[in-house]
Amino acid sequence: MTAEQPLRVLVVDDEAPARNRLRDLLADCAMKMPLEIAGEAVNGREALALLPACDADVVLLDIRMPEMDGIEVAQHIQKLDEPPAVIFTTAYDAYALKAFEVHAIDYLLKPIRLARLFEALSRARTLAPLRPDVLREMRPDARSHLSVNERGRIHLIPLADIAFLKAELKYVTVRTAEREFLLEESLSKLEQEFFGRFVRIHRNCLVAKDAIRGFERATDADGEGHWVVVMNDVAEKLAVSRRQQHIVRELGRIL
Amino acid sequence: MSINQNANAGALPNFRNLGILLRILVIVDGACLAAALLKTTEPLVLMEELIDVSSQAQPILMLSLLVLAAANDWLHRLRYWHAISAVVALELAITTGVYYLGLHLFSGMGALERHWIFTLLLLTGVLIGYFDLRGRALSPALAEARLQALQARIRPHFLFNSINAVLSLMRQEPRRAEQALEDLADLFRVLMADNRQLAPIAREVKLAKQYLSIEQLRLGERLRIEWNVAHMPADALIPPLVLQPLLENAVYHGIEPRTEPGTIDILINRDGEQIHLVLRNPYRPDGNHHAGNRMALANIRERLALHFDVEARIKTVATADTYEVRIVIPYLKAGA
Repeated sequence: MTAEQPLRVLVVDDEAPARNRLRDLLADCAMKMPLEIAGEAVNGREALALLPACDADVVLLDIRMPEMDGIEVAQHIQKLDEPPAVIFTTAYDAYALKAFEVHAIDYLLKPIRLARLFEALSRARTLAPLRPDVLREMRPDARSHLSVNERGRIHLIPLADIAFLKAELKYVTVRTAEREFLLEESLSKLEQEFFGRFVRIHRNCLVAKDAIRGFERATDADGEGHWVVVMNDVAEKLAVSRRQQHIVRELGRIL
Repeated sequence: MSINQNANAGALPNFRNLGILLRILVIVDGACLAAALLKTTEPLVLMEELIDVSSQAQPILMLSLLVLAAANDWLHRLRYWHAISAVVALELAITTGVYYLGLHLFSGMGALERHWIFTLLLLTGVLIGYFDLRGRALSPALAEARLQALQARIRPHFLFNSINAVLSLMRQEPRRAEQALEDLADLFRVLMADNRQLAPIAREVKLAKQYLSIEQLRLGERLRIEWNVAHMPADALIPPLVLQPLLENAVYHGIEPRTEPGTIDILINRDGEQIHLVLRNPYRPDGNHHAGNRMALANIRERLALHFDVEARIKTVATADTYEVRIVIPYLKAGA
């Protein structure tokens, strides 16, 4: 903790007046402590694109934003090698506020008071990192994107792009039409979170229902027949295990 | 708090409302059937009895409905008990009149029997009591409208974000901040006012515009409004706070979850003796928003029923990407 190094703050809010107000207040704070505005973002996607190149120490993150709310953004931020401290801002959100109190997560209520902002920023460098399990508990809804850390940056994968998820030894492979990603999450947790979107065709594999074109019979090395999944945009054919054969009938798209 | 003090204590029904007229018809004809059933249960004889009772009751009933509809405005200007006395006096006059006319035309009719007068008074009393009770049963919806305005209908989210937006203007654009605070004050004045009486629709539209200009401050380009009110009769009466809560829903569910701009369409026009209101906003069913909109809708529905009975309709239509609320109310003129 060097006093000379200015604290770099990223402001994330979808409403222009809210960003203006924070900019004014941060200018006031800058008179009392070394501080710089590292950038401004109008939504979660933009914030994640700016990080970590903008080298922010703190993110002031609005909770209610279109497309991806602040809690989900915070979940993705945690995948960075050195995630910045997150201070949530919100006008009113009874449910989240309770959780913040329980888990000692810092937050600012809009309209934000100068003294309160100053206090929060002074503590920012010593804030404990947010725990992914706590964030997930706070926001039980499914995420709108999966995210992976690629060479220090966060890459977002829209859920609609995902063809299948396959558990490997330590990772889950996420396959989209274009490429694949390695995800450090558990397949069964993903299955729970995105219940209904994917169907389990094998102990280690979940396929997006929308990505399935149909099912075909195939013969394996021993000459035994089994079903395989044919997908719309991915050439690979995935085997359906004997235990999961019933899904062929349930989805009923035999080619 | 004196929210419910004599809110609807003894309100006379609107005798020009179709729903009220239907209710009177059903109750009186029900009473005729009951009277016939008291005399006999033999189907054929019952039929005869019913025709007999009806032939005496129907002319009085029809004439009463006509006279009450004509005297409606005058009756409503009287105090409740005076109006009740006037209604009873009118009924006695009509019954006596019909009887003597009948006596004159059909000489076969008997003398004006005492039980006739008794039945008439009883029925009139039952009807007045019924409409009084019905008014009381529905009036909590009106009191609630006032309370809810502060509790839930104006979402805390809106209040605090608006104050935040005004604060953001203070330094750079003090004049816009002044305007915004004035709009906010007007909005809250109406929200806290006694909103039990019908108000001119032009006032509702003005309030809606003030509300939207506050939202515009926060949402800027993202919020677009299309007003189609050129053919709106400005003097039409509407229960207060019908438009604003619906617009708040439209902003919350239709505009805020989008990053791209969205348009809210508002159409108000007159079609004969009816006023049509249509509100349309973009909508994505997968938006992760809480359902808070049913409460506002349920309250509006109750208030429309209380003011207009069956002559008002409200319905919602959701398509793949739009959400629409359609309201039809009878055209009542202010000051009529």
